[in-house]
Amino acid sequence: MDSEVLVAGFLAAAVRVATPLMLAATGETITERSGVINLGLEGMMLAGALAATMGATAWGPWSGVACAIVAGMILAAAFALLAVGARADQIITGTAITLAAVGLTGTVYRQAYGSGGAGLSIPTLESVAIPGLSEIPVLGMALFDQPAPTYLALLSMPLVWWVLFRTRLGLALRATGEGAAMARAAGVRTKLIRTGATIVGGGFAGLAGASLVLAQVGSFTEGMTAGRGYVAIAIVVLGRWHPGGIALGALLFGAATALQFLLQTLGLDAPYQLFLMLPYLLTLLALAGAVGRVRAPADLGR
Amino acid sequence: MRALAWAIAAVGLGLAVLFLGLEAAGFSATAGLSALWLGAFGSWDAFTSSTLVRAVPLILIGLGISVAFRGGALNIGAEGQFYAGAIAATWVGLQLAGQPRPVAIAVLLLAAALAGLCWIVIPVWLKLRFGVIEVISTLLLNFVALSLVSFMVQGPLQEQGHIYPQSDPIAESARLPLLPGSRLHAGLILAVAGGLVLWFLFARTLWGFRLRAVGLGPRAAEVSGRIDSQGVGAMALLISGAIAGLAGGVAVSGVSYALFQNLSPGYGFTGLAVALLGGLHPIGVVISGILFGALEAGAGAMQRDAGIPAVAVYVVEAVVIVVALLATVPRGGWIGLRAVVRKRIAPGKAPG
Amino acid sequence: MLELVGIDKRFGSVHALRGVDFTLARGEVHALLGENGAGKSTLMHVAYGLVRPDAGEIRIAGAARRITSPRAARALGLGMVHQHFTSVPALTVAENVALSAGWPGRPHEMRERTRLLSERMGLPLDPDQRAGRLSVSLKQRLEIVKALAGDAKTLLLDEPTGVLAPPEAELLLQMVRNFTASGGSAVLITHKLDEALLTADRVTVLRQGAVTLTGPVAGQTVESLAHAMIGGDPGVPLTGRETVKGSEPRSSRELIRLDSLEVSRESGYGIALRHGSLSVRAGEIVGVAAVEGNGQRELLRAVAGRIAPLRGKLQVAQPVGFIPEDRTSEGLIPALSLTENVVLGLGSEAPWVHGGRIAWREATARTAELIRDYEIIAPGPGTRAAALSGGNQQKLVVARELSRVPAVIVAENPTRGLDISAAAAIHARLRSAAAAGAAVLFYSADLDEVLHLADRVLVVTRGMISEAAPGASRSEIGAMMLRAEREA
Repeated sequence: MDSEVLVAGFLAAAVRVATPLMLAATGETITERSGVINLGLEGMMLAGALAATMGATAWGPWSGVACAIVAGMILAAAFALLAVGARADQIITGTAITLAAVGLTGTVYRQAYGSGGAGLSIPTLESVAIPGLSEIPVLGMALFDQPAPTYLALLSMPLVWWVLFRTRLGLALRATGEGAAMARAAGVRTKLIRTGATIVGGGFAGLAGASLVLAQVGSFTEGMTAGRGYVAIAIVVLGRWHPGGIALGALLFGAATALQFLLQTLGLDAPYQLFLMLPYLLTLLALAGAVGRVRAPADLGR
Repeated sequence: MRALAWAIAAVGLGLAVLFLGLEAAGFSATAGLSALWLGAFGSWDAFTSSTLVRAVPLILIGLGISVAFRGGALNIGAEGQFYAGAIAATWVGLQLAGQPRPVAIAVLLLAAALAGLCWIVIPVWLKLRFGVIEVISTLLLNFVALSLVSFMVQGPLQEQGHIYPQSDPIAESARLPLLPGSRLHAGLILAVAGGLVLWFLFARTLWGFRLRAVGLGPRAAEVSGRIDSQGVGAMALLISGAIAGLAGGVAVSGVSYALFQNLSPGYGFTGLAVALLGGLHPIGVVISGILFGALEAGAGAMQRDAGIPAVAVYVVEAVVIVVALLATVPRGGWIGLRAVVRKRIAPGKAPG
Repeated sequence: MLELVGIDKRFGSVHALRGVDFTLARGEVHALLGENGAGKSTLMHVAYGLVRPDAGEIRIAGAARRITSPRAARALGLGMVHQHFTSVPALTVAENVALSAGWPGRPHEMRERTRLLSERMGLPLDPDQRAGRLSVSLKQRLEIVKALAGDAKTLLLDEPTGVLAPPEAELLLQMVRNFTASGGSAVLITHKLDEALLTADRVTVLRQGAVTLTGPVAGQTVESLAHAMIGGDPGVPLTGRETVKGSEPRSSRELIRLDSLEVSRESGYGIALRHGSLSVRAGEIVGVAAVEGNGQRELLRAVAGRIAPLRGKLQVAQPVGFIPEDRTSEGLIPALSLTENVVLGLGSEAPWVHGGRIAWREATARTAELIRDYEIIAPGPGTRAAALSGGNQQKLVVARELSRVPAVIVAENPTRGLDISAAAAIHARLRSAAAAGAAVLFYSADLDEVLHLADRVLVVTRGMISEAAPGASRSEIGAMMLRAEREA
């Protein structure tokens, strides 16, 4: 096989796998920068995936995307009500939200599609090649011949960066995450900001779920997120709460998964479970290496 | 006894939410709830063979999580530690044919606990050495454990015919004795005994007190109590992992006699709810474990007899957790829960 | 300019302000005096919109106003400089100023405006420096710049000289006078009588939430102000000593000895104490005067055995009683009961520990004894520590540590935030412990307390220990506290 095509294919797969992670992690960065750690991300992604499935089946892929974002935001609002409004512990609340989401999506899915729901055909989002850019050798196919959510993910990176570091809102958000009591003394409405940041994060998670179903896998299965939401949280730490770093972290993860496909294509025989484990182990390794130089938002979790 | 009132309220509310949710989704809620009740408590057989059997791993994991929690650490990796214990138990159990029963069982359970301990050692080391928050590291290892189980049952531990993704049954001598006429195994004794032992340790010993102090005020424990808060927290996590691993061993030795995927229907996460509802009190955890065992036993019946997906019961669990959580908010501590949980998001070593 | 009329406020059962009237005229420095807990901070929090009064009216330039938040207060030209550091440590100086003043978020603009403002006010600051890394006096400066950035015409300063060395405090007060000279007005909240007498034009004294005195400073004396503050003979001299006692120790038994001790910073980066040498004998009370962050914390904690030194010799007689600075996060666990806190402190050497088991009945009885002995106001040994007032919490910590019958007592800011009678009680306990043969080493940010209590005074600057000569005056000690900074 032509090595250039091989590498291009590998990169394209890596980017495709990375997209939902990048979306979820970007949303979580906003949330965590305001001082809230959202372990319900996994549940919100799953809910988004199911909402996308149902919306796409009914009205088409983009409606599916919209439904997914709304689903994520609704769950995030519930989480914010408890964790920010009632000041309940964020970790446990987040875990509860995920549990609830797993239960709800499972129930709704079975009810809507019966017990033999697998193998549905749902309208998906196909790759859209950007003219000109997609002809660049190797990188072109990897970055510019992808389904729409990938472009959304790539665009959201500089956008989020700009809001965080170049606007008043971003300053207030960061102040809330680094010193909420002090921020309040300066007149910042911290509860409002945290709630808003959480809901935005939930919207991103829903979008991530939509991209998983509509742009990557093509169908829905129960529990299909398989921990991606939690991995997104790890990527946030890896990327040091910075949009650029997160993109790289997500790509790392995508690459590890894509490696599996690459090696299969090359005919190397290795137990596939090893590759399933690899991304998680790599993340742990990177966390250990990264944490020494990393500083979380000072008021995260409080 | 305010804690008891909150617990009852939590469960009641959870069931109410389930009722409403089922009606809204088009199921027959009364049929569902009655199937739930019958499946859990409807008969002696239901109670012992369904409810109590399911309660055992929940009690054990709940106890483990409450130990960690009391020490100020949150172990979300109980699922993975459970599986690590199950893998070790299976491997050991396959080798113990012909050994005297008490010895075989003891060796198997010990191996399981050790495996659980090893599984949590990595997050503990990451926390001590690099400041990685245990919430993330224990969580990630869950998935690694799942993959490992999959690998084992399709590879080294696969049954002789190499057809099914499961192991051979373990040796007879390594199986926990059963209550005659039911599927209830001696693991229940372990669970209840564990509760009693921990109760004694927490209430009457210096060790238990130190654990509590570290959980509620690690800084003060260090400065005024001259307690090594990090060490105590680490030890709490290690014990927690060992107990979760033990739960896996008990599951293999008492129920399944073999290893396969999905051995645990989410015990690691349900265990969290069990620990919380029990107020982190060992006896409370035992009772709470039985309650959740009832829920899960009933869920199975609910699916079989009323056609309602069993996962719906997760909603009840989620509501229970939330109510238990809210109980801690107004007074700043059901048992000081809020003070415990607030300390856990510690940033890594800051460069200053 | 600013009038507060009939302000009344209750916090639960505490009647913090009882119909207080307060008037600030344009261009004046008005001192607001009172003991800890008298209501001074609360009154200014009302003016700044942090606290809503139960009754009363606020008038700005004659017109009645409702001030519902700090933002509203700032819009009316009020600026507050708080007692505690209120900047976000992780953000830069410019970001903190911009946040406080409500400026748009463009970094370049924020930086320039901050730089211009701070220089114009004679308080230069580096806009890009992280707020958490600033020295104590620069942090104070940032607080003031933040207040001024909002175009404040009226400054409310809450105990601004609390953490400053005497020369820095003088500079600050001078700045306040300059501010009022150019048309601004300032309220100076303080418990230091001499500050009020020297700096203010008018003075108001609060006692237990009510005004006991108000009028021009001219004609007031330390005694008249003290009387208004305490109402009657305090029994304890308020201004106390002006010079170092320097008394000779009665015993020659050495209980603390340091030789060339080197201790790293608690945060782990850099050396906090170098070549530390010190000797304290039985019965001596040694006080440490220092500006925050110069190494005195590490010195004390090394002696107390809480930090392991890097190099040098350290010999401390056991047992050691340690009273840490922060009673709610280091001294006590607020969620635990009084008995449990006592058990916490005494650990495995306690009489109620038998082979790893705790005899709770014994511990509870002993705690009840301590409560009686030290006159701690609490419903019982089972009360949660969080329910006690600051003074009683501190008494519990002291009681616990002294019940060990320690050979050495180390105390950090032992009477911080306490009212005069509670402080006096603790001083008395420390004195009697010393009289019974213990060695006491303590640090206080309040130079008055150091002079009042200590036999010998040490000064720690930039990690170096030096001793003040017997008879050294306050200003001489102040100069010592800042000396190395100027030389460096």
